[in-house]
Amino acid sequence: MKIKPSKGYRTFQVVNTILMILVIIITLYPFVYLVAQSFSSDVAVSSGRVTVFPIDFSLETYKYILRDNSFFKFYGNTIFYSVVGTAISVFGTAILAYPLSKSKLRLNKFFTPFVVFTMYFTGGMIPNYILVTQWLGLADSIWAVVLPGAISTFNLLLMKSFFTGLPEELEEAAAMDGMGVYGVFVKIILPLSKPILATMTLFYLVGMWNEWFGPFLYLESRDKWPIALWVRQLVEGANQVDIGSTAEASSVQATLKSATMVLTSLPIICVYPFVQKYFVQGMTMGAVKG
Amino acid sequence: MSKVKAASRPAARKKDSLLHHIRKEWKLYTFLILPILYYVLFKYVPVLGNIIAFRRYKGGPNILGQDWVGFRYFNQFLTDPSFWNAFWNTLRLSIGYLLVRFPVTLIFALLINEIRKQKWKKTVQTISYLPHFISLVVVCGMVKELLASNGPINSLIASLGLDKIAFLSEPGWFDTIYIGSGVWQALGWGTILYLTAMTNINTELYEASSIDGAGKFKQAIHVTIPGIMPTIMTLLIMDIGGIVTSSNMQKILLLYNPLTQERADIIGTLVYRMGIAGGNFSYAAAVGLFEAVIGLILVTGANFLSKKFTETSLW
Repeated sequence: MKIKPSKGYRTFQVVNTILMILVIIITLYPFVYLVAQSFSSDVAVSSGRVTVFPIDFSLETYKYILRDNSFFKFYGNTIFYSVVGTAISVFGTAILAYPLSKSKLRLNKFFTPFVVFTMYFTGGMIPNYILVTQWLGLADSIWAVVLPGAISTFNLLLMKSFFTGLPEELEEAAAMDGMGVYGVFVKIILPLSKPILATMTLFYLVGMWNEWFGPFLYLESRDKWPIALWVRQLVEGANQVDIGSTAEASSVQATLKSATMVLTSLPIICVYPFVQKYFVQGMTMGAVKG
Repeated sequence: MSKVKAASRPAARKKDSLLHHIRKEWKLYTFLILPILYYVLFKYVPVLGNIIAFRRYKGGPNILGQDWVGFRYFNQFLTDPSFWNAFWNTLRLSIGYLLVRFPVTLIFALLINEIRKQKWKKTVQTISYLPHFISLVVVCGMVKELLASNGPINSLIASLGLDKIAFLSEPGWFDTIYIGSGVWQALGWGTILYLTAMTNINTELYEASSIDGAGKFKQAIHVTIPGIMPTIMTLLIMDIGGIVTSSNMQKILLLYNPLTQERADIIGTLVYRMGIAGGNFSYAAAVGLFEAVIGLILVTGANFLSKKFTETSLW
């Protein structure tokens, strides 16, 4: 690698940089467009004059959203589902991954394939729907949103491989000191597992934040909708009845969609740069162990 | 609690009977109770619930249906043109998406790998991963906004003096929109595993090949790609396995409309419309089961072929 770069290689570097800039522009443009729309006047958006910068800069849309209770209700629901769902998911994943990581447990020969099989064959939408709505009677409840997907087998395997990599000696020493199995798990294993717990929390949190299909299938009352379903309704062309028939509401018809989409994605975009390394770690860890 | 320790000694374990083993380790096994119940209830009961594909089920809490009808629902959908339309659409859209996304992602990873300035490389990576974390609802909303008749793309077209295009209601544009937005969202994230594999390639291989006079391009072909071949194969197996069963159903549900349905309807959306929107649960379950079985066959087949020819496999 010490050889002086050839002229062709230097040309390649320039072309490569241009290509990367193009990729960045294409990746970011839809976001820029949404933000520009949300700060423009309704008329400017409807007439198609907005492209990169806001036209007739206006805060009306955001003011309207701040005064409108429905936005906060949906947003609050999303926060609530995300927190409850993530807590259940991380807990469930951890207590399953821990015993599965112990090679001394002979029944793992059965349990591990039992769990992994579900990655390749699932019951499908209809039996799931019947189970949740008819058999368990969970329609229109938060449990229908957070329980069916509580444990992701992919995440489970990540966590299992992390636990497998922890040094056995610490646990043995703690057991020698008279610490019980549960004590070892809570006082030794979990503190050692902060990186993987952070990764799991983020994976589940983002998944739950973005979730729309479960709520779409199971939540009948609008009061319980997460923000994602509200975005969907706006994008599908919510009518006056949905948004509110006031003159104020109709003055933000065209910009309300983009402003809501911006606010829905905002927490993720803000937190993302600081936490993306956990996601990447999680992905690559999965690759090592399979 | 020295019992716990004794149990971990292989010599002691060998003599034990299974019952003895469980008695010794029962506390660890208690961890499994709740999660395994979860798997039974939410993953295996639905697998068994597919029995309604062979039984008449008309709704209600009797989730196993009323009476056996054998393969009646299978005969029904196999002779239904709308099923075959959805079937071919599924293959066309999934394979089309795979054929575009797979090489583009690989090339993008190779190009990122050639970036010399670490800071710039990190920036490109961070920005390109971002769309992966955006809600599908927002992504589809963006697509609709960008392609709307008063959106920026049509404004550009109009400013060139051309006629505006009704992208979202034109069946002929659906494939492009579906594949394009999919690549937009998956491109960066898809490179992670390749880039990790690339950092694990022995740098001596590059030095040796450059002494042999290989340029950067030749190195990419002869060193980098062979070095990441196991990763390429693993991802390819998973993608081929997912051709029929992939979760693209949600995206199509958000993107299609009655005007584009003829080109956009896939097995998943058909199952949704027939079963959940239409109440024909048994019929829809039969279609869903057919899809799942084909998916399992595909992933098993791809895994087998890969094991045979490249010595890489998922299991």
